[in-house]
Amino acid sequence: MLNYAWLILVFPVLGLLLNLAFGRRLSDRTIGWIASSAVFLSFLVAVGLFFTLLGMPVEGRQHELMLWQWIHVDLFRADVKILVDPLSVTMGLIVTGVGFLIHVYSIGYMEGDKRVQRFFVFMNFFIFMMLTLVFANNFVLLYVGWEGVGLSSYLLIGFWFEKPIAAEAGKKAFLVNRVGDFGMALAIMWIFKLSGRLSFLDIAANTQAIAPAATGIALLLLLAVTGKSAQIPLYIWLPDAMEGPTPVSALIHAATMVTAGVYLVARTFAIFLLSPVAMTWVATIGVVTAFFAATMALAQVDLKRILAYSTISQIGYMVLGVGVGAFSAGIFHLMTHAFFKALLFLAAGSVMHALHGELDIRKMGGLREKMPQTFWTFLIGAAALAGFPLFSGFFSKDEILWHAWQHAHWMWALGLLTAFMTAYYSFRAVIVPFLGKPRDKYLFSHAHEAPPVMTIPLWLLAMGALLGGFLGLPHASLFGKWLEPVFASAHVGEGAASGNLELIFMGISSLVVLAGIGLAYYAYMVDTEFPNRFRKSLGFIDGLVQHKWYVDELYMAVIVHPLWELAGWFAKFFDPKVIDGTVNGLAWVTDEVGGGVRKLQTGLVGWYVFSLFVGAVLLLGYFMLVW
Amino acid sequence: MIPLSWYLIVAALLFVIGFYGALSRRNAIAILMSIELMLNAVNINFLAFWRYLTPEDMAGQVFAIIAITVAAAEAAVGLALVIAIYRSRDTVSVDEVDLLKG
Amino acid sequence: MTITMPSVSLMPYLPEIILLVTALLVLLVDTVWGDKRWLVWLAFLGTLVSGVAVWWLAQGPTLQLQDMLTADAYALFIDMVVLIVAAISLLLAYDWLIEHNEQQGEYVALLLFATVGMMTMGAAINVVTIFVALEILSLSLYILTGFARERLTSGEAALKYFLLGAFASAFFLYGAALLYGSSGHLDLIGIGQNLGTGGLMAGAGVALLLVGFSFKVALAPFHMWTPDVYQGAPTSVSAFMSVGAKAAGFAAFLRFFQVALAGSYAQWGPALAALAVLTMTWGNLAALRQESLKRLLAYSSIAHAGYALVGLAAGNSLGSSGLLFYLLAYAFMNLGAFGVAIMLEKPGSGDVMMSSLRGTSRQHPLLAATMAVFMFSLAGVPPLAGFFGKLYVFGAAVEANMAWLAIVGVINSALSAYYYLRVTVLMYMRDEEAGEEEVAVSKPPVLVFALVVALFFVVIVGLWPSVWMQMAQQAALIFG
Repeated sequence: MLNYAWLILVFPVLGLLLNLAFGRRLSDRTIGWIASSAVFLSFLVAVGLFFTLLGMPVEGRQHELMLWQWIHVDLFRADVKILVDPLSVTMGLIVTGVGFLIHVYSIGYMEGDKRVQRFFVFMNFFIFMMLTLVFANNFVLLYVGWEGVGLSSYLLIGFWFEKPIAAEAGKKAFLVNRVGDFGMALAIMWIFKLSGRLSFLDIAANTQAIAPAATGIALLLLLAVTGKSAQIPLYIWLPDAMEGPTPVSALIHAATMVTAGVYLVARTFAIFLLSPVAMTWVATIGVVTAFFAATMALAQVDLKRILAYSTISQIGYMVLGVGVGAFSAGIFHLMTHAFFKALLFLAAGSVMHALHGELDIRKMGGLREKMPQTFWTFLIGAAALAGFPLFSGFFSKDEILWHAWQHAHWMWALGLLTAFMTAYYSFRAVIVPFLGKPRDKYLFSHAHEAPPVMTIPLWLLAMGALLGGFLGLPHASLFGKWLEPVFASAHVGEGAASGNLELIFMGISSLVVLAGIGLAYYAYMVDTEFPNRFRKSLGFIDGLVQHKWYVDELYMAVIVHPLWELAGWFAKFFDPKVIDGTVNGLAWVTDEVGGGVRKLQTGLVGWYVFSLFVGAVLLLGYFMLVW
Repeated sequence: MIPLSWYLIVAALLFVIGFYGALSRRNAIAILMSIELMLNAVNINFLAFWRYLTPEDMAGQVFAIIAITVAAAEAAVGLALVIAIYRSRDTVSVDEVDLLKG
Repeated sequence: MTITMPSVSLMPYLPEIILLVTALLVLLVDTVWGDKRWLVWLAFLGTLVSGVAVWWLAQGPTLQLQDMLTADAYALFIDMVVLIVAAISLLLAYDWLIEHNEQQGEYVALLLFATVGMMTMGAAINVVTIFVALEILSLSLYILTGFARERLTSGEAALKYFLLGAFASAFFLYGAALLYGSSGHLDLIGIGQNLGTGGLMAGAGVALLLVGFSFKVALAPFHMWTPDVYQGAPTSVSAFMSVGAKAAGFAAFLRFFQVALAGSYAQWGPALAALAVLTMTWGNLAALRQESLKRLLAYSSIAHAGYALVGLAAGNSLGSSGLLFYLLAYAFMNLGAFGVAIMLEKPGSGDVMMSSLRGTSRQHPLLAATMAVFMFSLAGVPPLAGFFGKLYVFGAAVEANMAWLAIVGVINSALSAYYYLRVTVLMYMRDEEAGEEEVAVSKPPVLVFALVVALFFVVIVGLWPSVWMQMAQQAALIFG
């Protein structure tokens, strides 16, 4: 079976090619089913790999498969070589399993769209690239996947490019991610320079070569993580990415791609473990992001944006987990999060579908009676997100908090506070749209339940959100055992000695979660004036939260504007009205500043000769000095 | 015998004069002439170096002859281009040839 | 009186001679033959035969024509790149030439002459031959630039190119004279052995030669002519010179610095690194907001000259071979990009405005996809040819302990992704506004074939980079 692992990569490509070649002649439904079947076949391969590995002795659960000798220059060897081990198979199962359900859901969701063919081609391309990222055995191939998922994310965010805001959001995601990718490229070069190796296993086996620069390398990798996984300071693209179709938000911007950063840390844990400083940074960024994103989620009124900020916050938990060395706990939360967050997004999509694209929760209300299936599945997802006892999020979040406690108490405290806010905002997102009285009569009267092709995936994901947590019960964690061989060398204390303490902590966080839910119930069902009073009492902090701490504005002022002014100074520019509005939305600054600046490319020979003269004098001066 | 440096100074002066002409003139023909001055300044250099440093080796002298030949070819092409511009625009001032910019 | 012929074998110059003969044949056939279409095919055949000669020379021992020209692995690698460029450029020009039913013979012959100049640049091991090759190349290109006589911009571009080019060659020549004066030699090895460091004259000579090279390969601040010339010239000529002249310029540039100035890397390394930084940054920033596709590609070519220069500035063997690889990869992707521009060009305008790219993908999906591949390759997206070019030269910079240069390079390529992507975005993401007319595209078979070839190689070089890199390494071995 292991030697057929490459099939997992082949099926999405087949689906993509089939749809590309014959898509015009096929009905939209057929296209959707072809794409979904391709992902399903990959899922079967992943399941096969899972059981094959399970049947092998624990130490031997690691297999590399050479597909292609790709780059061989001196020592620089990067091949298309895949690595099958418990970690990659786990990720593969999540990507293909959740991916398959989302593909099926999309058949219903995208019905009637003009460009269904393009949509599914992009989706299959994404699955292919994500699997490349996950199964890569070396940094270069991982980088290919890393760029590939970024590209498909960009294409899918801007899928409805008639909306300028969608095109703008796609561009923002792409540009912000380039900053992160830059860190990644540098880290790869650095690692290669020091160790001469590129494959993960080789690097893990020869860590002494990179030990002197471990902190620098790990921090560069962390930069890549903050870009892809939307952590502070590069999280700003994710909320805007919600302009894409909802299945895209569910698949790429909740369940899979954005968690690639967590996967990266887990995959290269050997490097991170070399540097306690870098690990502390990882954990700090994780917990601080979790906290801030949760505060921002409190103030949102757009259902998808609430979920977007909660995604940032939850990935913060995962990053916190891997940052304190609890790698399998981080990956465990990644898995449960994939279930419940995909579920929440798809359910939100179902609401959006029913309400003609309306996402403002203040206009909803009482939807429970119109869309019972969506309500119940959303409720399950929200309970899992909130960490309601015995739901999947409860176990995985708790495990992370428990490890955080052992690492630094303040991280645990901040994480717990975040858990309280999470419970509050996730139940706010249940109560306001689904319970109470309808607020917008017109919208309400037109609402309807989604078709089975959409609700069945919801229920399947709900099963995952409900039961997924039992894979990782404390003290009997099947999940931890399964991943153990991968992180064997990490030797992180699992805190086995203080079992009772862990149970006490579980009790504390259960209470906190229940308190959060109770407060949400009180605020939105009993005393509906309470939120307003509370916000007034907060004063200016409320303003900050409402404006998402002004981070977007800060970035505009400090980075975007100066860059544009510089660009305008170098190139001669035209009337901003001529300049394509979508791509150069920020162009207005340049003319005002650049008016007095000499336009360098004048078209005059005399000026060109002069520039040549200046250059020649500079070179002459330099060479006559140094020679 | 006149020292080598005198030749070099004359050549450098000639080069700079040509340079100044190329910078300050607006007439394409005048710029062309200035560039010819610069090329000939270099030829003086070549010949002086040849005569003073390596009289047994022909390289410097040959280079000067080649440079003269190339300069002639360059002048032919250059004048043809200037004439083409003059025919289409009625001007040989490089200041008025500025459709392409930015 | 008996005349004794010097006993030299012209064998190492065989590929160039074949092309020269072909060019003369083209001129001859042009005067007697009615059907001009065959001229391009005759020239195409000439490039193929010349390519066979290159292959044949590569089999035997290294031949050399005194201390003037050589046919070593390095020269043959450049021959290969330049011949590929010439062959594809001929195909790109084919249909344009047929429509402008005059003087095809001259166009084809000049293109071949320019190719001879480019190949000689790679083969030259003497400042004299470098200069002659440079002039053969430049004079042919001046005329080709002005070939679209019906457009004012074409003549303007030619005049600007000529005046600045002649000016720059005066600098080059002065530099050569000063080097001759300070070393007593004109052949590169002789200069290398006798120049040493110290002495104002030698330093000034190197600086002035560098001005000449920088002009030819368009390094900032000697690049000013580039956008105007690429925009004004007939698009097939822009394609040809953007890759051919750049490859030839870098060929002589690299050989000169690695052979004649190998001992003084400490002096010129930092200067070249600074030029590289300035060039890529300037090119990329200016490209951000261009409204003409050809101009955008011109600024992009400046930026690429900057990336390629990183390999030279690194001064190590990976840098040299990386630069050679870069030239090859860049040839395919840029020829392709200009080829698409030829297709999209409105007859008579000689240019493509960015706004007219809108909606291309709906009406011509394959063309848009092809252009997207070229743009991604130029942006350096793996696994296309352009990615590996950057990987090697930046890797060389890291190896030479100039990690900062690699960092600047990576930042710049991130910046450049913006405008390459903008082209793709315009083609894909925007449907044409209601009521606007069709995107006019001519798809003559020869042009399509040329694009397919370029596309094929952009992908192949990306998928099997090692094969090409080994060739480049072989070529760079001559620097020891």
